[in-house]
Amino acid sequence: MTITALQSSVHPAVEGGLRLQVTNISAQTDSISSITLVDPSGGRLPSYVPGSHLVVQYGSGVNAYSLTGSGNAPSEYIISVLRVDEGAGGSIAMHQLEVGDLVFVSYPRSAFAPVSNASHHLLVAAGIGITPILSHARAASDRGTTSSLIYVYRPGAGAHVDEARELMGSALTECGDRNSFQKVLTEQLTTQSLGTHLYVCGPVDFMDSVLNQARELGWSQARLHSEAFGAAELDDGEPFTVNLVRSGVKLDVPAGVSLLETLEKAGKTIPNMCRKGICGECVLPVLRGTPQHRDLYLTDEEKASNTTMMCCVSRSEDPELELDL
Amino acid sequence: MSITIDKDSELAVLPERIRKFPFPFANDFYRYSANVEPANKDVATEVGNWGAGLIDIDEFYHEELADREAILKRDPSRMQVLPHMRTAVWDSIATLLPSMAAENPEIMSFQRDGDTCRWQNSLQSLDLEFTMGDDDSLPMEPMRFLGTQIQDDIVLLDVRENTMWLDAGLVTFAADWSFGFDVGMTFAEIHGPVPRVKEENIVSRAEKFLLRLQPGEQFRRTNWTMTVGRRLDTSTETYPEWGPDRGTIADDPDMPNKLHLRVEVQHLIRLPHSGVLMFLIRSYLLPLSDIAKVPSWREKFGHVLAELPDDMAEYKGIIRYRKAASDWLLSGKSAA
Repeated sequence: MTITALQSSVHPAVEGGLRLQVTNISAQTDSISSITLVDPSGGRLPSYVPGSHLVVQYGSGVNAYSLTGSGNAPSEYIISVLRVDEGAGGSIAMHQLEVGDLVFVSYPRSAFAPVSNASHHLLVAAGIGITPILSHARAASDRGTTSSLIYVYRPGAGAHVDEARELMGSALTECGDRNSFQKVLTEQLTTQSLGTHLYVCGPVDFMDSVLNQARELGWSQARLHSEAFGAAELDDGEPFTVNLVRSGVKLDVPAGVSLLETLEKAGKTIPNMCRKGICGECVLPVLRGTPQHRDLYLTDEEKASNTTMMCCVSRSEDPELELDL
Repeated sequence: MSITIDKDSELAVLPERIRKFPFPFANDFYRYSANVEPANKDVATEVGNWGAGLIDIDEFYHEELADREAILKRDPSRMQVLPHMRTAVWDSIATLLPSMAAENPEIMSFQRDGDTCRWQNSLQSLDLEFTMGDDDSLPMEPMRFLGTQIQDDIVLLDVRENTMWLDAGLVTFAADWSFGFDVGMTFAEIHGPVPRVKEENIVSRAEKFLLRLQPGEQFRRTNWTMTVGRRLDTSTETYPEWGPDRGTIADDPDMPNKLHLRVEVQHLIRLPHSGVLMFLIRSYLLPLSDIAKVPSWREKFGHVLAELPDDMAEYKGIIRYRKAASDWLLSGKSAA
């Protein structure tokens, strides 16, 4: 695959991120491949929090993939991708990458971090869910915190099994079916000390089942952690139109582009400072339409009155907003 | 017209402490706000600029670090690192040393190969090889070592249970607070005593903002108060040494030289590997006599002090002398 075939323009979710080169592709299983990415200029890559993911662009879309390393001053990023034939096409595009290809990726994003004062990490992974869990296991080993891993995978279809065995030794329990897993899980959930934290990644119903059992057995929510891609970020939002009444201009705000950026691109100067919805500088008066308030600045009453909005993060509930601008 | 010429020539020879001073007031009044902005952005002032880099090193480098050393010898409680914060301290070192080297290539350099590092700081004739993550490879505890390289105070907030916990730091230059008292507290508990900010929801907004920061992101804000004498350690622990000056400075004929505007440039950095939130607090002191050398600063600060509501003046500890300071600034007299 050529560079141009993979991405014609930079997706907003990876804008301002990194441009990395594929240096290795290795098949983990029939349907899972590991892809190694490096900085083509040979530099060190930013460190990341264990359990982090990268947003990777494919064609016009983006997907998030967990990083499998410990995150300590890495020279390469490794992700493992499960090919999903009936998916949106991202995993298939990733499987068509070749050594030497360039890809646009975001900086690593953290949404599944380890808890620093845990006395022990109980790690639970199913299938491709092993990827962030492996990152946790490596970081725990680096930091001298103990961990144990229960890894469920279909026989012959387990990714990173050898690495997990080498890393964990006797602290790894491999399960080939749900029944044997259930027995191990129940035993582990009932024998942990109070300082243990549990981290689970896998299919949603699998995670729900593990978390529910833990709660039923008296685990507090603060000790339970599951991977939720992108939970810490604001989503791209829906596209909408703004009508700048005083200027007599209509502008389209695409998904993934903020209203502030749209106004700036159109030559408007809007006072702004944090661009994160907290400082209150970029407030704009709204004449008609319902803003989708996503800021931390306006009070609930101010938000309900729908007469002002913070254009750096907030969007529109309606197809069109009228602004006094 | 000769007055204008005189002023221009005076501005042209202003010392660096004035030209690089982060004068914090844009208006003739001041209220608390979540005045955060991205870090590493140069700010032009009426007479100079500040803020282009992360760690500022100035003419007071050796003096302030010697001051810190003496304070830590007298009172070791100014540095505390809870055991689970070890990774974060190393993350701070791995973040700040390369940044300092990049910003000051003529006096500092940092090389890293795997975990093997070499740090050179010609200001201290220091050429140090150490292993990232290995406490024993440094001449002293890692947090203490970092405190010998930068003028900033350091506070590390661990992120867990959807809030932040002050679990490590090295703070020798606290402005009327006690680091030792705050260790182990949550973000909300630390800010409990600040007037108005609770009503105005600033603390919970700031907390949400900080929790949303992604690893590697760097923001900053400024804060200010006033200090009698060129004294950085106005911590609760040493109150008997500096507190009484607050009651006498208003009548002191040397007030313009003794009374300082104290500005903190606070950096808020989500550390890349630990995800811990690092607060760096860099304190600058400038006497009123220096402020008066910049006419617009003299006027703005004079009005800010005159207008400041009593509860805020009380909390900042300046209520007993702010009128005297304001009167002097607005009278237009220059320093003797």
